[in-house]
This record gives sequence, C-alpha cells and structure tokens, in this order.
Amino acid sequence: MKGFKISDIKELQIKAVHIRKHIIEMLYKAKSGHPGGSLSAVDAIVALYFNHMNHDPDNPKDPNRDRFILSKGHAAPALYATLAESGYFDVKELLNLRSMNCMLQGHPVCTYIPGVEASTGSLGHGLSFANGVALAGKLDKKKYKIYVMLGDGETGEGQVWEAAAVASHYKLDNITAMIDRNFLQIDGNTEQVLKLESIKDRWSSFGWKVFEVNGHNIQEILETLNQADSHKRQPSLIILNTIKGKGVSFMENNVDFHGVPPNEMERNKAIEELNLAKNKLEASL
Amino acid sequence: MSKKMVNPRNAYGETLIELGRKNKNIVVLDADLSKSTKTIMFAKKYPDRFFEMGIAEANMITTAAGFASCGKIPFVSTFAVFATGRVYDQIRMDIAYSKANVKIFATHGGISVGKDGVSHQMIEDIALMRVLPNMTVLAPSDATQTGKIVKLMAENKGPMYARVGRADAPLIYDKAELEDIKIGKGIVLREGEDLTIFATGTMVEPALEAHKNLKKSGISARIVDMHTIKPIDEKLILKSAKDTNAIITAEEHSVLGGLGGAIAEIIAEKNLKINFYRMGIRDRFCESGEPDDLLEKYKLNKKYIVKKAKELTKN
Repeated sequence: MKGFKISDIKELQIKAVHIRKHIIEMLYKAKSGHPGGSLSAVDAIVALYFNHMNHDPDNPKDPNRDRFILSKGHAAPALYATLAESGYFDVKELLNLRSMNCMLQGHPVCTYIPGVEASTGSLGHGLSFANGVALAGKLDKKKYKIYVMLGDGETGEGQVWEAAAVASHYKLDNITAMIDRNFLQIDGNTEQVLKLESIKDRWSSFGWKVFEVNGHNIQEILETLNQADSHKRQPSLIILNTIKGKGVSFMENNVDFHGVPPNEMERNKAIEELNLAKNKLEASL
Repeated sequence: MSKKMVNPRNAYGETLIELGRKNKNIVVLDADLSKSTKTIMFAKKYPDRFFEMGIAEANMITTAAGFASCGKIPFVSTFAVFATGRVYDQIRMDIAYSKANVKIFATHGGISVGKDGVSHQMIEDIALMRVLPNMTVLAPSDATQTGKIVKLMAENKGPMYARVGRADAPLIYDKAELEDIKIGKGIVLREGEDLTIFATGTMVEPALEAHKNLKKSGISARIVDMHTIKPIDEKLILKSAKDTNAIITAEEHSVLGGLGGAIAEIIAEKNLKINFYRMGIRDRFCESGEPDDLLEKYKLNKKYIVKKAKELTKN
C-alpha cells in the first residue's frame, strides 16, 4: 500500500476533517463555489481515496487503476482537496481554485487536472461515463472497479436512468454508484422539488443491488464498499445518508450554503469548529 | 455513361469491419438503428466489440467517452438528428471539451431522408458540431470517400463528427484517386475560371453535373469537394476567390452555420470582393416527400446550381 493510504479509521476521520478545512479555505479564497454538497460528500471520497481504491498518484493513467467519477461535479473542491492530499498535485494549488490561468476549474476537467477522470458539472453524465469504462474493462478482462458519486437531486436527469438501465442490462458488477443523499437541492428539499423516494425501490426495479449506509460513518462506508465490490452480476448502488454542509454547524442542512461561499466571519467560525473536531479525534487516538 | 450507385452507409459498415480486423481497440456503439446505419455488419463480425445501447442516445455518447478514456476508439452511430441535437450537451462536455477520441458517424443527414419528414431530416447538424471547439466535421460525398474518411477518423486522434445521407449515391471516386486525401483539404474535382462551387456531401455530385451544363453555356466552373467543413480549407477558399469571380456553396443543410456559413465568415473577414451565394435550406423546416421532389422544391439540385451560377457570373 502506498504511503498516502490509511488503514486506521480514526486517522481517516482526521483526514476527512482536514479535507473539510481545505474546502472552507478554498471556497473562502475563491469567493464562490459549493460548500454544502462538497462537505456532505467528503467522508465517502476519503474512504475511497485513502483506503479503498487501487490508484497511484505517481501514475494517474495506470490502465489498471480503480476509477472515481464525480458526477456531481459541483463538489469539485472535495475531489480536488482529496487529489492534492493523495499526491496528484501540490496542495498549494488548492487556493487557486476558480482563478484565471490556474488549473483548478470551477468544475472538474479531465484533460489537464491529474487524477480527474471525467469532465463533469453538467449533471447526469457520470454514470454513463462509468458504463463505458466498465464495458471496456470487461472487454479487456481488467479487474479495476469504477465508483461514481451522484447527487440526489441529480437523479432527476433522464440520462441517469438511461445509464442505470444500461449498467443493469450489461450486468456491470464492476460499477458501484453512490448517491449523496442529503435531501437538499438549490430550490429546496428534494421531495418538494421533484420527489425522489423511494430511491431504493427505483434503483432495485432497474436491476441494481442497493445498499444504504450512514454516509458520514467511514467504517460503515468501507464495509459496504467491500460488499458492493464482491456482489456479482448486478451493479451496486450505495445510498449515502448524509447531511448537507456536514462538519460546519451553521452550514448543516442549510440550503443557503448550496452555492454560496463563507464570508470571513463564517470561514473563521468554520475553521474553529473543524479544528476542535480534529483535536478531539487526535486526543482519542 | 451513368455512374455506379453505391450506398455510403454500406461503405461505412465494410470499413468498420476492415478497421476492426486490424485494430482491436475499435469498438462500435449504436442506438437501435444498426440495420440502418450498417453498424450491424461490424456487429455480426465482431459481436464482442459491438455495443447495443438501445434507444438511449445521451447515455451512448457519454459511454463512448468512457470507452475512449480506456484507449478504445469508439465509433458511435445513429441518425444525424439523434447524433447531434438530441445529445448536444453530452458531446459538448464529454467529447469536445474532454478531447475524447470518439468518432460520431451519423447517417440520414439532410432532407433527402424523404418521407419520414422533419423529425428525421437533420439540417442543423453541421452547424451544431462546427461551433464546438476541438471538433472535426466531415461530410463525405460518395461511398469510396466514405470508406477513406472512416479510416482517417480512426487514424487521427480527437473528437470527430461525420455525416452521410440515407440514399444510394453515384460513385465519384475510385480508390486510387483518394490516395492523398487529407482531413481539412478540399479536393478540386474540375478546374474552372469563372466561378467556384464549393459543395459538400450529397451536393458534390449535382455540382459535377452542373459543371457539364455550365460548360455548354460557356461558363467555366471550378468544382471543389469540401469533405471537411472543419477545419475549413481557408487556403483553397482564398485561392478560389482570387482565381474566380464568384463562389457558390452547396450543402444539404441549413444555409446558417454550415459550409456556406463557414465560407461566408472567411469572405467577410478577409474583405473579399466577390459574388457569393449560399445554396442550402434557407432557414426553415421542410416536410415529408420523395427525396427528388424535396430537393426540387427546396432548390437543391443541378438545375438550381446552374441557374445560380449563371446569375452570379452575368457580366
């Protein structure tokens, strides 16, 4: 296992706090971006990159690598911070988020950000991209896995259901999709904007194996990822029950922080809270 | 002597098989139209590398980008109308912006699709694809050229879109004549001094026929096959503007944004003093009908090329 890999759950939790701090600093500096959906997605992304996935920051195009596709591209800060912390590029680059003549675009682009698999930001594409990678993997008898993270509101896109049908039709058991189920989208509660429930029944009826976990419990996420990996002849979906804005008290379940960055006071308060959480975790090591 | 009729779609299917035999990375995707697009020929020969995606084009396009990210060379086929307008965002993000090595090969371009009517007559595809950065746009004129273009698509990296019509087409070329064909280089089929007719796809043959009629009337027309609309052969356009006094563009496509649009942009920007006419669908939807009747009603055949050429070269 490479140096950046972490096996201890507490240390993974500390890493997640660290990523959350990056997100706050990045968005504060950029004066724009999406805190809520970045913070809710962090724990699963940390579990994947620092423990579960087979990947090599020194060889981002390794044909045998596991892939992570951030279909909800607006959570880019969570992905960028994770990639930087894994060693794909310099951590200093993070503070150039959304700046002209810099690498880190508002939404992920695969052509020049090391470690980014697909250009996302227009919702609904990620699972289709995964289908292509998964079919190519089956064709070449490769063992790699593909993990895709979708927003819950994102599943309103028709393309998601085209992709869900195709993944099931081709029995793409090398795909594990995850839905960041935080119940909030820009215009409000997902059930009021465009009803999604029952997510479980919808995906089951499309021929998917559905799991459901606490999306902030890294131990549980890792166990479920292992179950999903070993499930055969069906693609797997993990519903990550999450809290939008997780980790920063005043952002939690607050739809106003979907696409609005913290101001100076909010940033200071957020960092203070996250430092407290980090200290608490470190003390218990 | 009348020319042999061959369907460019068949040339596509045959060439895919040839490519598939030589290159294991060629994969083909279709959206329930493989019998029409002729990808079925590849499907029968290499079933493990053919992927039926069902009536779900958006997913198909992005899936092709996923394939390309693994080093595959995906050819994606459906009718031109579904291969572009229906999936514009997917092409924009996952193929053009991502510089994915995906080859979209669309059939049933233009109004000569016939009786299916507007829902199936794509006259905006070239414009839609042309405005996308990184995208190459191609429209071969006969079966021989189609085969050659399909090979070039596989050999050259990057996002590409090609369209052919539905109908059988007269053979313009034999293989030897296309030895040196290059993406982005127009082919001068007939030399001429009075005007230049830049034609693409299905309009190249009528332009050649018009050449004969014009000759009888004492008008010398240069005929150029513009199989590539993007990158446009600016050098050849500038040369023709210098050599001849008029330019006509001919395409089975809207006059907005296609070949005519591309050449108009160059003429305007270079401040060329030249008589100019864009022959194409003049910013309207058409209707159901027999292909030849439609081409007559919407003024896209030899007769109208001759008429316009005479008008433009008067005095």
